[in-house]
Amino acid sequence: MLTKRIIPCLDIRNKKVTKGVRFQNNIELGDPVELASKYYDDGCDELVFYDITASAERRPIDIDMVREVAKAVRIPFAVGGGISTLDDMSRVLLAGAEKVSVNSLAVENPGIIKDGAKAFGSQCIVLGMDPLKVKISAEIPSGYEITTRGFRHHTGLDALAWARKAVDLGVGEIVVNSVDADGTRNGFEIDLTRMIADNVGVPVVASGGAGTPDHLVQVFRQAGADAAIIAGMIHTGQFTIPQIKNFLAESNIPVRKQW
Amino acid sequence: MITIIDYKAGNLTSVKLAFDAIGVESEITDSGPRILKADRVVFPGVGAAGAALRTLNDMKLVDVIRQVVQKGKPFLGICLGTQIIFERSEEDDGVECIGLVPGVVKLFRPVNRFEKVPQMGWNSVRQVSGHKIFNGISDNSEFYFVHSYYPSPSDKSYILGETEYGGVSFASVVGTGSLVATQFHPEKSGKVGLKLLDNFCKWSGD
Repeated sequence: MLTKRIIPCLDIRNKKVTKGVRFQNNIELGDPVELASKYYDDGCDELVFYDITASAERRPIDIDMVREVAKAVRIPFAVGGGISTLDDMSRVLLAGAEKVSVNSLAVENPGIIKDGAKAFGSQCIVLGMDPLKVKISAEIPSGYEITTRGFRHHTGLDALAWARKAVDLGVGEIVVNSVDADGTRNGFEIDLTRMIADNVGVPVVASGGAGTPDHLVQVFRQAGADAAIIAGMIHTGQFTIPQIKNFLAESNIPVRKQW
Repeated sequence: MITIIDYKAGNLTSVKLAFDAIGVESEITDSGPRILKADRVVFPGVGAAGAALRTLNDMKLVDVIRQVVQKGKPFLGICLGTQIIFERSEEDDGVECIGLVPGVVKLFRPVNRFEKVPQMGWNSVRQVSGHKIFNGISDNSEFYFVHSYYPSPSDKSYILGETEYGGVSFASVVGTGSLVATQFHPEKSGKVGLKLLDNFCKWSGD
């Protein structure tokens, strides 16, 4: 049986892993390669790295870090932030990442999804999206609007319409990061995740709001997510990955048991 | 020395890094003579079968691969490399493949809407033979898969391991003689994957 993936997210700022709430009040957590190695040893199923200042600073991603991570872990990992051209994608993949994640820049230039999928295969191209709950309207019939640039910019794009369009363009997976739940550790936004998971044919990764192992059970059971991103709940040491996996297994959620 | 065949089908960095991690020297090459001289050969790949076959034909590597297997050198197919050693694939409206293993490669057609295509993630492999590639690996260990098509050998004696997905039990590991091939990615399957690669490096192909 295909297991549900647990994916620690490492936000990188100035070569260090940081954690904030809605991109604010960031605190430094340590070296990305060391943390990646620790989570790999603890049995995480995949990793994701976001260079959270690359896009705003209009600079390419830190390729040396990608290379070091690729040497340190033997599981798939995705890299996002500052990916705007096929060249950027190629450099990240050749450095050893399994996937590249596009977000703000794909909203500005959706063609990058199509070009990337054609050049490297859909399985490499992940769409990250940051939907915000809004009033249902003719423009936003799903009630969730896509934001970009660290939630600051409202695009006027409907989240469900954008997810469908991105799948048509060739993304192989969608990370749904709820702006409302991000950093709160009060649980995933189930309705949003289920809406996307029910309506696209590619795997959906739930993101934003993980605070307890039970939050993961809820998002797998009630929203049909294929994977879940966790951050603060493990970065702070409050929970460990084996603890989370044991809880999921006891709740009859299929997880990888040996590593 | 492990020789990794480069036919422009995806990224081979992870394959090489995995051999580095177990202390085995490897080289990535598209040279037919070098592949024929190798002690053991890895045939990886991601992407579409049609384009992969065209490239292999253009690079005149299909006969090289046949010769490697005929000579009885240990040969490891991975993912797309595993699919295109079958006779035919349903991908790209039907593609004639290399034909080292009898059977076809089929598209997942899940009836359960929560089973997505591609299958992406960790799934367990039930060992149906005591092949040396599984030495020291527990039955039903999980490996990392990313694929929309799955191998379906017409002769069941080729099946070494099986996995459930999309309403079918498919051949996730196949083999015959000195050839062994996995649908999953051992190079991205953590310590269990490294153990399988290490077993391959120590296997004489018998």
